[in-house]
Amino acid sequence: MLSRVADSLYWMSRYFERADNASRVLKATYNLILNPAKFSTEERWFRAVSSLAPGAASSNVDPQRALFLLVADTEGAFSVVNCIGAARENARQVREEISSEMWEHLNRLFHDVTGIELQPNDDAGAMRAVSLVREGSYRFSGITAATMNHDEAWHFIQLGKYIERACNLSVLLDAYFVVDKHADDLDWVGLLSSCAAFEAYCKACTAELKPERIANFLLLKPEFPYSVRYSLDRMHEALTSISNLSLSRRTEKVERLIGRLQSMVAYVQVDEIIAELHKYLAAITEQCRELHAAVHELYIEYPIEGAFRT
Amino acid sequence: MIIETDASNRGGAETLRRYELDGAYDEMFRTVDHPRKQYRLLHNLLLSLGPGELRRSKHEADQSFFNQGITFTVYGNDKGTERIFPHDLLPRIITAAEWERIERGLTQRITALNLFLKDVYHEEKIIEDGVVPGKVVYTCKHYRRGMRGIKVPRDVYLTVVGTDLIRNPEGDFVVLEDNLRVPSGVSYMLTSRRVMKQIFPGLFQKCRVRPIEQYSQELLSTLRFLAPEGRSEPTVVLLTPGAYNSAYFEHAYLARRMGIELVEGRDLVVHDNVVYMRTTFGLQRVDVIYRRIDDDYLDPLVFERGSALGAVGLFNAYRAGNVAFANALGTGVADDKAIYAYVPKIIRYYLDQDPILESVETLLMSDPAQRDHVCQRLEEYVVKAVGESGGYGMLIGPHSTEQERSEFREKINAQPRNYIAQPTINLSTAPCFVDGTIEPRHVDLRPYVLYGEKITIVPGGLTRVALRKGSLVVNSSQGGGSKDTWVLQN
Repeated sequence: MLSRVADSLYWMSRYFERADNASRVLKATYNLILNPAKFSTEERWFRAVSSLAPGAASSNVDPQRALFLLVADTEGAFSVVNCIGAARENARQVREEISSEMWEHLNRLFHDVTGIELQPNDDAGAMRAVSLVREGSYRFSGITAATMNHDEAWHFIQLGKYIERACNLSVLLDAYFVVDKHADDLDWVGLLSSCAAFEAYCKACTAELKPERIANFLLLKPEFPYSVRYSLDRMHEALTSISNLSLSRRTEKVERLIGRLQSMVAYVQVDEIIAELHKYLAAITEQCRELHAAVHELYIEYPIEGAFRT
Repeated sequence: MIIETDASNRGGAETLRRYELDGAYDEMFRTVDHPRKQYRLLHNLLLSLGPGELRRSKHEADQSFFNQGITFTVYGNDKGTERIFPHDLLPRIITAAEWERIERGLTQRITALNLFLKDVYHEEKIIEDGVVPGKVVYTCKHYRRGMRGIKVPRDVYLTVVGTDLIRNPEGDFVVLEDNLRVPSGVSYMLTSRRVMKQIFPGLFQKCRVRPIEQYSQELLSTLRFLAPEGRSEPTVVLLTPGAYNSAYFEHAYLARRMGIELVEGRDLVVHDNVVYMRTTFGLQRVDVIYRRIDDDYLDPLVFERGSALGAVGLFNAYRAGNVAFANALGTGVADDKAIYAYVPKIIRYYLDQDPILESVETLLMSDPAQRDHVCQRLEEYVVKAVGESGGYGMLIGPHSTEQERSEFREKINAQPRNYIAQPTINLSTAPCFVDGTIEPRHVDLRPYVLYGEKITIVPGGLTRVALRKGSLVVNSSQGGGSKDTWVLQN
């Protein structure tokens, strides 16, 4: 397929996942702050902001503004509204590649969310937008899976979704497993809710909230859709399918990078990494970034020398 | 006593009784009680319809168009808004005999125009022999000096042509103008046929209408015909300006039906005078480009420098014979409205035949005598700017104000070469379902001609409707609509 089209599908998917991730985190954080606990409200918002908008967070996060900014700020690249808008814009460029149901759904979601016309301090409105995105995300996944051929276009969509998910999970875990302060049970519930994981966790590990078990669940469990391991496995599948279709391309670098990432989660045990969790998570994010660059260089923006096919 | 009923409560019979004929040739009716033979089945159907039934059918048709997302951007209103393409429910019917003549006439005309283009960009014999003045040719807005001496694949300049025909008050089809550059509208023809088969399946079958669905296959094989020598499985692409272009729907639709890639300029790379497109598999060579972009925007190195729609080096690749364009560059010299006046002579010169289809009488404003004559009688003429399309830059004499005429007179005198005049023709009318009732509206006909190994014309084409009562402007960009065109089997 055209490189430009693959790129747009990839970014449509990444932006959508980004918006969904932000919605999950915000919903969980908003519920958290309703309860008093070890962490203050400011600290909780700081944690949310730093996991959603890395680099943008300052230590004085005004809780009143945080929700509004992360949902509706049209200047900020990380706001939910902007991410949904970017997803839609990318979809529009490749409308012929996606099914009409996908486009209609995404278009309607965009109009519904922007139609709320959020103002600062309108918490209810912000949470409504967040819920719309959450619901819309599940539906979009379903519609995509059901109405598209699972072909090259589909694989680029999967790749974008899971790279974004893997990065977001790593950053989120990093924010929660802060070294100097230990979160209490409510915060752990908040973390699990941010990954829509609370019930799944309880089913797998009982309701006993132990930090190592939670880290294990969200990092290393291959079965749960919002774990880093699951995301990397899906990325590997997508990349293999794409490279099987383009037989003569030089895929060694990409294969090496995804292989290395997978080995980071496939062959470790949580007690080996829990002491240096921050370094470990940073390594995952960094390698995801490298992988993104390598994929881009191989399939999208490759130099023309050596790229000719008859 | 006549009881006035609300239009929506009238059945078909009562509605038709109120159909008003003026001096124009009406496609359906000789007189209100006498429909033409080819319309009898439709007439009977309409008479049998109860109140509201036609409205329901219209609604069903509109829904179908809406669901398919068939839209068109109309400029000239304050915002370029996307609107569902206005489609009229009632088909326009053409007999087999009428169509046979149209087909012969168009084949003859396009053959001659293609020879004209080759001559004008090579030996210029027609100019040497004084049949067409060189001055008129060279001053054409769309004449491209860069095309001189370039061999185009198979000597075919005009792969896709949309020639506009009208029916004069005597009932004969005459040529109004040719569209030889980037003619559009064929997707509306195809989608409206699909909708009509849904809405009037019985009538459609009984009338025995010739099919048009093969257009995409025929277009594809016509395009492949242009591929450079030695390319056994040529790669054909459709080059679009992108999703924000008013005709994007058609570009995507045709690309999809032909199963070819829809590319934008930024997907193309020219290396060593060969054109490639950037795919995830690597750089794939492109052999034929069905380009829906004007000449000027194709190559920023050669034409419009600011253009981001084309790709650098395309023209050189073309010149080297490594890629084919449909249509060829520079075809606009032959659909310049001033050249239109010479087409009968062009047909006689290359084919030694009289034109089968007449052209509308055309006066050149660059000729002082003709200019004077027209300027004194502007209210009788339609004056057009030679290089324009889409119905812009036009004055319709009988519908104009004194103010508009005097402004136009100034324009003509300032740039006489830029204008031609034609007597206002009362275009034929056809019944349309408008505002809940059936009324006559002016129509034209745009058949689509494909020039491959031979010339193929899909039976029918787009019948365009001037939706405003009394209006003679049918162009979709100015709010016109369309009808399905039914050419009967025999």
